[in-house]
Amino acid sequence: MPILEGTKVCKNFGGLAAVSQVDFCLNQGEILGLIGPNGAGKTTLFNLISGALVTRSGEIKFKNKTISKMKPFQICRNGIARTFQSVKVFPDMTVLEHLLLGAIFGSAGRIPAKEAKKEALSLLEFVGLKGLENVPARDLNLVRQKRLEVARALASRPEVLLLDELMAGLNPAEVAEAMNLVKKIRDSGITIIMIEHVMKAIMGICDRIIVLHHGEKIAEGTPQEIASSKTVIEVYLGE
Amino acid sequence: MLEVIHVNTFYGKIQALWDINLQINAAEIVALIGANGAGKSTLLKTISGIIRPSSGSILFLGKRINNLATHEIVEMGISHVPEGGHPFPEMTVRENLELGAYPYQSWKQKNDTLKEVFQIFPRLKERQNQLARTLSGGEKQMLAMGRGLMSRPKLCLLDEPSYGLAPKTVLELFQVIKTLRDRGITILLVEQNVKRTLETADRAYVIENGRIALEGKSSELLQNEHVKAAYLGS
Repeated sequence: MPILEGTKVCKNFGGLAAVSQVDFCLNQGEILGLIGPNGAGKTTLFNLISGALVTRSGEIKFKNKTISKMKPFQICRNGIARTFQSVKVFPDMTVLEHLLLGAIFGSAGRIPAKEAKKEALSLLEFVGLKGLENVPARDLNLVRQKRLEVARALASRPEVLLLDELMAGLNPAEVAEAMNLVKKIRDSGITIIMIEHVMKAIMGICDRIIVLHHGEKIAEGTPQEIASSKTVIEVYLGE
Repeated sequence: MLEVIHVNTFYGKIQALWDINLQINAAEIVALIGANGAGKSTLLKTISGIIRPSSGSILFLGKRINNLATHEIVEMGISHVPEGGHPFPEMTVRENLELGAYPYQSWKQKNDTLKEVFQIFPRLKERQNQLARTLSGGEKQMLAMGRGLMSRPKLCLLDEPSYGLAPKTVLELFQVIKTLRDRGITILLVEQNVKRTLETADRAYVIENGRIALEGKSSELLQNEHVKAAYLGS
């Protein structure tokens, strides 16, 4: 049974159909890739799933419960966490405070601060930020800020994690590390949707891929099917 | 065209750049590669005057620029396309572009330049009346690059222009960079897409922990074992 399911999801910005009649499903335990040209509607779809934007029509269900009218914090507490394409950290807050924020305000039940802190420290080790807990986010480089966003999302104890261009701006060696992190998260039992333009990462770790173009779903399949699809090569991959 | 001589730059007490020496000749594409946090963006900011070097000098066309205001540096012919684009969100695409042409000499030619920019990035023409905040991440990147071209620069500093762009658009972007060079614009390119960058650039510098670790022809760096291991993932 799919853990997350969208039916005929639509969103308009004025006259522009940013997301149009998109059906999607996410199966428990998989890594689903979301690709497409710039402006295709990928981040908009993430905003609809996470409640940052409200769908114009269509329905999004999480574990068979409609979430498409919920507020972002309710969706997060229900178990869907996300990261952002353009990193959104709190510059003056420390690394540890970001995680406490995720744990205390983003998770379903009330967690005692002491427990939240213990969990936060182990999460920091998990994402490779150990030892940096008292550093303000503004002093981290981009790679570390992205990892901090992942850790903050994980601190809310999600079942589904939305990763928006985790690999952008990373060099090949850094991409390889980030791929390992994503696999580790999946192996810990969290289901993942990732938007990514780094093909090596998408092809290397996704179980399935959905392709958006002008707000519509134009292809869906395994990495092999997508890589050899004529339509996808034409609109997205090039060459 | 550009000479960076013994430049040291600090953020507060932390030294970010150590004794940087770099030269760029006219109509060259020079790449600057390195890990995140190595000092690439800091070097670009030091050249465009956003950050001041604490010692050393920067010469552009033989004139010292490291004591000039940023707008004076733009007027002399250097434009800086920052990492992440940073368009003005509440202005339209067209207004953002026009703003790039504010130096007097460029303003007179802004309509012609705008046509050229629209030719390079047709998507910006389609979206010219939209507010910049409604653009997708990749489109913002295109807008930033277009804005950087509007001043008709002699030297363009590009900080990760391929960030967040779709693979096909990345291919087109590297074509655009070559086209710009063929039109006589000199390019200093910071990129994480190391392989394609070295294939496009004439020369490259590798920056590690704020110091120039290697420099040479791109074709040679592509074969360099250290570059292969650290940056090409092979």
